[in-house]
Parts: sequence; C-alpha cells; structure tokens
Amino acid sequence: MEAVVEELPVILQAFWLTVKLAVISGLISLVWGVVLAAMRVSPLPVLRGAGTVYVNILRNTPLTLIIVFCGLGLGTVMNVQFSSDDLSVNNFWLSTIGLSAYTAAFVCEVVRSGVNTVPLGQAEAARSIGLTFLQTLRLVILPQAVRAVIAPLGTVLNALIKNTTVAAAIGVAEAALRMKNMFDAHGDAIIPIFLGFAAGFVILTLPIGLLFGRLAQRMAVAR
Amino acid sequence: MTQATVLYDAPGPRSRMRNNVLTLAFGVVLLLVAYVVWAKFDAKGQWDGKLWRPFIQADTWTELILPGLRNTLSAAAVAAVLALVFGAVFGIARLSDHRWVRVPAGVVVELFRAIPLLMLIFFAQYGGSLAGLIVTEFTAVVFGLTLYNGSVLAEIVRAGIRAVPRGQSEAGYATGLRKNQVMRLILLPQAVTAMLPAIISQLVVLLKDTALGFVVAYADLLNAGARVVPANFFNLIPSVIVVAALYIAINLALGYLATRLERRSRRSRKAPAAIAAPGIAGDEVAVAR
Amino acid sequence: MRFGACLLALAAMATGLTACGNSAAGSIVDKAKNDKKLVIGIKIDQPGWGLKKPDGGYAGMDVDVAKYVAKELGVPESGITFKEAQSANREPFIQQGQVDMVVATYSITDERKKKISFAGPYLVTGQDILVRADDTTITDVESLKDKKVCGAQGSSSPKRLADKFGTEWESKNLTQQQGYGACLPLLENKQVDAISTDATILAGFAAQFPGKFKLVGKPFSTEKYGVGIKMDDKSGRDAINTAIEKMFKDGTWRKSIDANLGEFGKFFSSPPSVERY
Repeated sequence: MEAVVEELPVILQAFWLTVKLAVISGLISLVWGVVLAAMRVSPLPVLRGAGTVYVNILRNTPLTLIIVFCGLGLGTVMNVQFSSDDLSVNNFWLSTIGLSAYTAAFVCEVVRSGVNTVPLGQAEAARSIGLTFLQTLRLVILPQAVRAVIAPLGTVLNALIKNTTVAAAIGVAEAALRMKNMFDAHGDAIIPIFLGFAAGFVILTLPIGLLFGRLAQRMAVAR
Repeated sequence: MTQATVLYDAPGPRSRMRNNVLTLAFGVVLLLVAYVVWAKFDAKGQWDGKLWRPFIQADTWTELILPGLRNTLSAAAVAAVLALVFGAVFGIARLSDHRWVRVPAGVVVELFRAIPLLMLIFFAQYGGSLAGLIVTEFTAVVFGLTLYNGSVLAEIVRAGIRAVPRGQSEAGYATGLRKNQVMRLILLPQAVTAMLPAIISQLVVLLKDTALGFVVAYADLLNAGARVVPANFFNLIPSVIVVAALYIAINLALGYLATRLERRSRRSRKAPAAIAAPGIAGDEVAVAR
Repeated sequence: MRFGACLLALAAMATGLTACGNSAAGSIVDKAKNDKKLVIGIKIDQPGWGLKKPDGGYAGMDVDVAKYVAKELGVPESGITFKEAQSANREPFIQQGQVDMVVATYSITDERKKKISFAGPYLVTGQDILVRADDTTITDVESLKDKKVCGAQGSSSPKRLADKFGTEWESKNLTQQQGYGACLPLLENKQVDAISTDATILAGFAAQFPGKFKLVGKPFSTEKYGVGIKMDDKSGRDAINTAIEKMFKDGTWRKSIDANLGEFGKFFSSPPSVERY
C-alpha cells in the first residue's frame, strides 16, 4: 500500500498522459470518422470505394500492429517527425496517429448506422426543397444521425481510453507501461498497485459510460 | 444511369458532369497520396526484392511465420472457449433473482470490462509468479483474454436472454417449470441464435486481441512478423505489412462467416431480432482492439 | 446450488490449467545422464547469439555453447529441445523447471544469484554503444547526454543509462522498443543516434550490415555471460564449468566467435576464466 502512496505522482502523471492520448485521438477520430462516413454514403464511387477499403483494413488489423507500424514505419520510412528534440513527444504523436486512424474506422461505422436510422422522409424532404448532397448531410442527416448514436459513440470512446494502453508497445509512458515498471520496482506490492491502476481506469470509464447514457436519453430525437 | 438513393437524386446531365469532374479530382488526389507513399518507401529501399524474397520461400512460412499463426490461433481458441463459459456463467448470474448472486456478478463483469486487456496480461504475469504459480506468456494472454472478452460476452448473453419475448418464459412457468429449467430449456436455446452474430464478432475481436501478446513476448503471429523474421532478414517493414495482410484476411473471413450465419439464422427461424449487432449497441462488440 | 457447484468446478479447472508444471528436483547432470534429454533456453531473435533460422534450426554463439555443454554432459544434439527464453523469463523458467539451463546472453549478477546459480562465465563483455558508421560525435558514454538512444523494453541496459542521466533525460532522449532488432531501422534513419546494450548483442546485429554501423568500443560496464541452472546444483555447476574450460582449450570457443561475429570478433580477444563457487 505504501508503494502506491509513494508512487502516486507517477501514477497521476501516467493517467494524465492516458487522458491526453484519449482526448486528442478522440477528437481527431471523431472528425475523421464523420468524414469517412460521408465518403461512404457519397454519390462518388471513388470515395465510397476508398472509404470502404480504409475501414475494412483498419477494422481487421490488430491495433498493436498498427501502433508498431506507426512507431517504426511512419518515422523511419515516411520521415514523419514531430519533435527532433524530445523522443517522448514524437512517440506520443505517432501513437496518436495510430489510435486516431484505428478509432475513426469504428466511428465511421457507428455514424453510418446512425445515418440508416434517419427516416427516409427526412432526406426526401431535404431533396425536395433543393438541398445538395453536402447540405442534406450537414443540415438534416448528420445532426439526427449523431444524436441517435450517442450511446455507441460513448462505447467507442471507452474502448479508446482502454486502447491507449497499446501505445506501451512503442514505449509511450502511459498507465500500463508505468504499472509494469512499478511491478518491477516493487515486487511485493503487486496487488495494491494493480488495484490502484484498475481503480484509475474505472474512474475514467464508468462516468463516461453514465454520461453518454444520460446524454443519449436527453438528445434522442423525438419521433 | 446511376441509382438514386435517399441522400442524393439520380443525377441529371449537369450532376453527372460535376460527378465526373469530382471523381477525377478525388481520383487524382488518391493516386497522388499513393504515389507519395510508394516513393518514400522506395527512397528507403523498402521495395527492394531482397527484402521481399523471403516471403516466396516456403521455409520462411513453415518455420517462422506459421508457428506464430498457430500460436495465435491456439491462444484464441482456448481463450474463446473459456470466455464463452465465463460469459454464459456471469451473464446468467446477472439475471438471477438472488441479490447475493446478481450484485457480485455485476461487479465482476463491470470491473473486468473497465480494465484494459494489457494491464490484465501484465498482472497475470507478475501476480502469478508472486503466488508461486507457473505463468507462461500463453497463460497470461489467455487469462487476460478470457476475463475481458468473457465480461463483454456476459453482457451479450444478458441482452440476448432479455430479448426473448416474455411470453416464452411466462408459458414456461405456466406449465410448471422451475426458473432453472425455463432458462435452460426455453430461453437459452432461443437466445443463442439471436446472439450468434454478436458472439462471433466478439470472437473476431478476441483474435485481434491476441496480438497484444507481442508486448509480453508471446510467440504469436505479430511476434513472428515484427521480431523473428526481421531478425533473420532485416526486413521489418515488409514483414509487418505481410503479417498485417494475414490478419486482415483471417478477420475478413471470420466476419464473412458471421454475416453468413446471421443471414441463415434469420431465414431459418422467426427468432427475436439479432442482438447487439456491431454498430448500434450499448456494447463493446467489435469496437475493442 | 448447482450454480455454486458450477463455479467451483470452473475455479478448479482454472487453477489446474495454470499450476500444471513440475519443478523436478535433482541435478542437471543426472537428468542429462539418465534421460539423455535437455531443455535449453536461448534467445531466438539475436543474430550471432541465438537465432531461429528458416530451416528450423538455431544458430549463434549461445547455441554453440549450449550444444557443446550438452554434449559434454552426455546429451546428443538430437536430445536438445531449444526453448525461447525472453529476458524477463529467464529466472522464472529455471526456477519453475520449464528449462534445465539457460544460455541466452545471460549476465551473472548477485541479484540473480539469489534465485538461480551460474556456471561460467564463458564470455566477458560490457555495455557499449552502436552508432552509424559516419558518426564521429559519439565517442563514449558521456557524449550520449545530448543524443537520442534506443533500447529494448525489459533490458537492463536502458535502465543503466536512465539511472545515469536522470528521468528527464529518459523521457526526452530514450525510446524503448520491443527488441533491439526494432532499434536498428531507427538508428539507420536517424530517428535515434545510438543503440546501447551489451557489445555482444550490438556486434551480432552490426555484423549483418558490414560498413553501416560501428561499435564505439569503450564498454562502460562489465557483463559476464554465464549458463544459468537451478540454485544449489553444485555438481551441475562443476560439470558445466569443466565443459566450458574444455571449450576454451580445444579452440572451439575461438572458432565459434569468429564464425558468429565476423569482423567484430576482434573485440573478444581471449576467453575469460571460469568462476567456480
């Protein structure tokens, strides 16, 4: 137990990094996921095809592999570098790219099923008053679609928070890696340390689940 | 003449021209992106035949890659069976009438759903040696996979059983069956068909999750692709790409199997609507790693 | 109540699954003589030391030492089962009896001697630095202060640098990947400026790329590689030490170094003296 108290600053720092990873990746994947969904329902076959290929590749590849590829492939082959000075910043952003790319595929699928729940009449009405495809999407369909899938989006966010631990594969000092280092350092206090980190993740994910559940009820479109 | 859908009209002549122009524009952009990627890879010599030739040699596959695949599949198979058992047990426990069964089961399921899989695996490794048990990487990976996916499956089972129309269980009770028998003889069989697509999706997630074993040096497919093959041939990027293609192929096949099963089950019986299909659901089916 | 019984059965099955291993007592010498079989832990992703080849066999200096020692103990090559022993698993594997001995770039330390025992050393090396062949700015460990370094997770080498330079240096300048093989592309493409671990491991990787990398050649620690076996196996230690000394004397050691490390064999000029205890 003393080990947990002693290492509390490190634990909090690790969770702060987890939160940063989750929030930034979440925002990027939300935007990119909606764009992908728009691509997949667009009138252009090129865009539909590209979106489908992207989603099928990203959803069927393990996240660990994606992060390893980002860490090693993007940096070395594509010369993507975020900080010439600080390796941890570099790794942070490389793993953010991997997490965002992966989560966006799931956001796309969720939003797309949301689009399918919007009644036909809405889109037909939009067309009949002369809105273009993009206007229909922006003004009529997406607002209703997103409000319909708030609960699944919350699930995706929770999964993202837990997926940030995979960044440990390229050495990002987030919660799981720090926990492992603490296991090495304090070999006798393994259970308290584990419970401490587990509590941290429960504190992160449980409120989000409840919040999104509440939000979903409040923002559900009354039909 | 292209199809009209809800979101856009069947294109008239001006739309068609605009669509063609846009298609060309986006097509060019995509090709440009592909070219840039290809060129950068080329600049680093990653398309060099020397790096890719090992993959047309049979013994690279039989000695280095396929053993990794075998380990991935075996871990997934064992974890799948255990997770299904765990999920069935705890899913049914959460529906119990007795609070002393329902509440602890609920706590366990929610707890293991909240803890990331990698942390469970680390804990299994270190905690096991603390308790003096033998914990191989295989055991640690299976332990984590079972608990995590088992909890998600418990939720699927619970949703599946609750989706069976109430009339069924009421009829069961009316003919004098006990709660246990109603569950076993009436609810579960009907629930299973409805749950099958969601269960298979979760098993696909389980298969992808085995790749986390890489971080604890479990000799799985990712380990073969990112450690063992490159140690022999120094072709890290090509190797990772080949292994990614393998994973995609396997998961696509499993996903296709899931859709086939769902279609068959929907045709064959008037079961309650499919539960928690990937996408709209309050569950983590197919969203995790 | 049947439900309770179900849970009990599940728990029993779970414990059964994990606890099914036997840590056989008895010396390795007896096991070798009676069963003519040994399970030996090695690395399988370290070129030059322990590497699984596409033809199904294993190659490297550690593999050669393992085969020689096994032969001296009376086990033919066909009786050897090689098992991968990642760095973190070496002690647990020996303690739990999953392997009979470990020959896997295994440094002899007092910490480890509390859990297992060592025969040897069969090689002495030190933590060194690998840089690009044209890099002249890194001359010793102090010059790493402003440089980016790559290490492997679970290895003690990055920890040594982190202890030396502090946690802030560790966060900004040290990246830990999964295995030293993953560090090589980073070094080659200038993501990092150096890889630091035992000179032996560095030499094994660098020997595959003649001319691309160079060893700084100023080791700043001493690592003695030994053969790990069970604690309290004195007869085993003695037998293996005798085998190792024989390997030094009849030239097999030298031949193996040159064959596995190529031009970097020059860093290992003479065999060490075995430490018996």
